[in-house]
Amino acid sequence: MLLIHCPYCEEDRSELEFRWAGEAHIARPDAIADITDEEFAEYFFLRNNEKGLTYERWRHIHGCGRFFNAARDTVSDRFLMTYKAGLPKRPVPGVSATEKTVETYEQTEGDAR
Amino acid sequence: MAEMSSPAAARTLALSGVRGRAASLAVTPAAPAERISLRARSEDVAALSAALGLELPTRPKTSAANNGRTAHWLGPDEWLVIGEGEKGSGLMAACVASGVLHSAVDVSHRNTAILVEGAGAAAAINAGCPLDLSLKAFPVGACTRTIFGKVEIVLLRTGEESFRVEVWRSFSDYAYALLAEGALDATF
Repeated sequence: MLLIHCPYCEEDRSELEFRWAGEAHIARPDAIADITDEEFAEYFFLRNNEKGLTYERWRHIHGCGRFFNAARDTVSDRFLMTYKAGLPKRPVPGVSATEKTVETYEQTEGDAR
Repeated sequence: MAEMSSPAAARTLALSGVRGRAASLAVTPAAPAERISLRARSEDVAALSAALGLELPTRPKTSAANNGRTAHWLGPDEWLVIGEGEKGSGLMAACVASGVLHSAVDVSHRNTAILVEGAGAAAAINAGCPLDLSLKAFPVGACTRTIFGKVEIVLLRTGEESFRVEVWRSFSDYAYALLAEGALDATF
């Protein structure tokens, strides 16, 4: 069973107690009524869907009920780090966040024509 | 009719043991109690503690009991306070008397409780609960909200071999049936 460290309960708890809550560190625009439709779509709908290291919000819904942030590797499904909600995004030691791991058709198959 | 005394076929009747009371392990409904769901900021905890007559726990997975009242830490600003044997709304009145900002909701009739007592109580609960219930990780007095099968429970360890399972009343049939099943397995 996958164990997830809850920063509020301060211990590893079963994945059954948690719920995924989307990408983390997405700031709501201050003047949300003034932004363009494209900017709103970027904020509201569009997500990076990164392969490898991602920052996500998780909720310990069947425990303390708190939201928190987690750095997770979407390839290995490993939780690399968790920290309390509201804290700034922090790098994971030894893991590069800027690595280009997204495979596009052009990269893997070459010229489609 | 099949030979019932054959050693090769240890037949278990479909309803054998459904009393939920194995030889050493009892699964019984708890007496009615008053319960409140309490939310408050950290600076108001002291005043609420004084008003309730117990020290609201501020460490994860801990509880505090005094004078028939038990406060369970559920989250950084959330407690479940149970007053056993209380009539009326003594807990609500105590919170009002504290005079500080808080949210208290009377959930006396939302929850019911099941007591699991006897050798193998932890194993019976682990039938549907992923928590580590060893005495080291979950000592006497430890409590937490967690999951039991498909339902959410608040679990309190009242003794080395005894637990109190707080469950929403509409889930209590399910929780009781699963606990009784777990108790049978644990004492088999």
